[in-house]
Amino acid sequence: MADTTPAPKPRGRLAHWWDGDFAYQFRRSPVAMISFTVVMLMVLAAIFAPLIAPYDPFDPASLNLMNGFSSPMEPNVFTGETFWLGTDDQGRDVFSTILYGLRISLFVGAAAVGFAMVLGITLGLVAAYVGGWVETIIMRIADVQLTFPAILVAMLIFGVAKGITPVEYRDQMAIWVLIVAIGLSDWVQFARVVRGATLVEKNKEYVQAARLIGRGSGAIMLRHILPNVLSPVLVIATISLALAIIAEATLSFLGVGAPPTQPSLGTLIRIGQGFLFSGEWWILLFPACTLLALALAVNLLGDWLRDALNPKLR
Amino acid sequence: MLAYSLRRLFQSFIVLLVVGLVAFSMFRFVGDPIDSLLGQERTQSDIERLRGELGLDDPFIVQYGAFLGRAVQGDFGLSYRQARPVAEIIAERAPATLELALVSAGFAMFFGVVLGIFTAIRRDGFAANTIMSVSLIGVSLPTFLIGILLIYLFSVELGWLPSFGRGHVVDLGWWTTGFATGSGLKALILPSITLGLYQMTLIMRLVRSEMLEVLRADYIRFARARGIREKSVNFRHALKNTLVPVITVTGLQLGSIIAFAIITETVFQWPGVGLLFINAIQFVDIPVMAAYLMLISVMFVAINLIVDLLYFAIDPRLRADRSGGH
Repeated sequence: MADTTPAPKPRGRLAHWWDGDFAYQFRRSPVAMISFTVVMLMVLAAIFAPLIAPYDPFDPASLNLMNGFSSPMEPNVFTGETFWLGTDDQGRDVFSTILYGLRISLFVGAAAVGFAMVLGITLGLVAAYVGGWVETIIMRIADVQLTFPAILVAMLIFGVAKGITPVEYRDQMAIWVLIVAIGLSDWVQFARVVRGATLVEKNKEYVQAARLIGRGSGAIMLRHILPNVLSPVLVIATISLALAIIAEATLSFLGVGAPPTQPSLGTLIRIGQGFLFSGEWWILLFPACTLLALALAVNLLGDWLRDALNPKLR
Repeated sequence: MLAYSLRRLFQSFIVLLVVGLVAFSMFRFVGDPIDSLLGQERTQSDIERLRGELGLDDPFIVQYGAFLGRAVQGDFGLSYRQARPVAEIIAERAPATLELALVSAGFAMFFGVVLGIFTAIRRDGFAANTIMSVSLIGVSLPTFLIGILLIYLFSVELGWLPSFGRGHVVDLGWWTTGFATGSGLKALILPSITLGLYQMTLIMRLVRSEMLEVLRADYIRFARARGIREKSVNFRHALKNTLVPVITVTGLQLGSIIAFAIITETVFQWPGVGLLFINAIQFVDIPVMAAYLMLISVMFVAINLIVDLLYFAIDPRLRADRSGGH
């Protein structure tokens, strides 16, 4: 094809992407920018928690019981030390525990969604591409699981896993069990969407062409079909992330999640609830606000992503 | 219709069998039943005798059959933690959960539909927009935080409503009810709102989007062109046609309400089945977990079945499709 327009000056991929439709939608939406900033800040805070946190809440040597129940921004009655967000009953700095809690919450949420995504995409692709009884079995299981609320499925998996693991490993394994439990409770969404999209894609010419030149089934699924079904997956993944973070917090709050030795935001809220009635509101309030801001930001980002990737809605 | 119903019934039956298998495997393979029944001091002959009595040497399928047979009769064995029959414990706790679920479902349905209609009709009004924005926060707010917030406001700060428990309940022999006393009713308020709020926002958003869709349809435009009053268009023409998906989703949400009661019951220390289940997970009380799983599956499967059949009965288009296609 002859191109008569003068060639634009060579530009990087990034610049090209920045001028593209997707980035334009992003720059035009203040909600998207704010929520993206909030999420990024939290992710950075979680990653660099050991550097940012003024205290190490898990180092017993740095704790001073005299610092217990310090109010936010007020010097402690006994030691005169000041903590931004106060301390809990053992004198742990609430700000530091939130940073470490955020770390666990985000890690569990992201890992669970990653696990659900890999499982769901694989099963969805295989179901649609192979068809037959394989498809029937996979989608039947999905249907059955979908009739139960995800949080209930996660609780059951957690309970059974807890029964299987020996008592002495339970606390160490809890985080991983949590990831598997939430991930297994959430794969159905991905599988259904990927299957639906793959059913449409697999009869298109480019797939037939790929088959014609002799590419294997695996390569066709991964290299040809998968990239074309990814955009709805991205939307679901974002919304799933918000749900997974809340699910993790809920399980931990109920006492069937992250153990007190590795507290997530949910565990912190569980601990803080006990002190709410005696007036130490900051132990509960700050972790709760962090969780809320995180969940809301991810949710808003997911909402925006859904609209931005679906031109029909504009 | 009959063929479809039978097929759905058969599918539901298979689902229950599979769930039963999961529950049975939990019983059989998570923890050793011998360990949990016999203490430290046991002889090999004790173990073998008990194995024989419990039928642990039978083939897997025979054991599974026996388990199902007992489960159908309501025998789920003894709770490891309370050493009482599981069925007895659950029967004692069920009224609390069912009353809570009933009140919050009613709350969610009433306010959900009313607010949904309101936000759809006053689409661009200030109040409608505010409700929609607040509802987004409501969806992001985890249930347990709503509960804590309500407790803090109404129990700790204002001291109007109790923060935990069911209040005074009246024992009817086979049922304990909180509806009969003032303190029982007061104790119901906060938990029901906590439990129903999420479902309410869901129903509200659904009714709103369905209404907006229907209000755009040609027959509504035509009804307006005929000069029918706005009220009549909205309620007699539009609302009726939004009800099919609303019934389905609301029906399916009924199951979720009972499942999510676990969270609400823990926050409010509500003595229901959900709290029992959470405690069972914490202490790895397998018989209680298995029984709860079976019970809630029967409920879910039944609700799904009824909703499907209802859907089928309400929407004539589905019927035509099925008879033509199969």
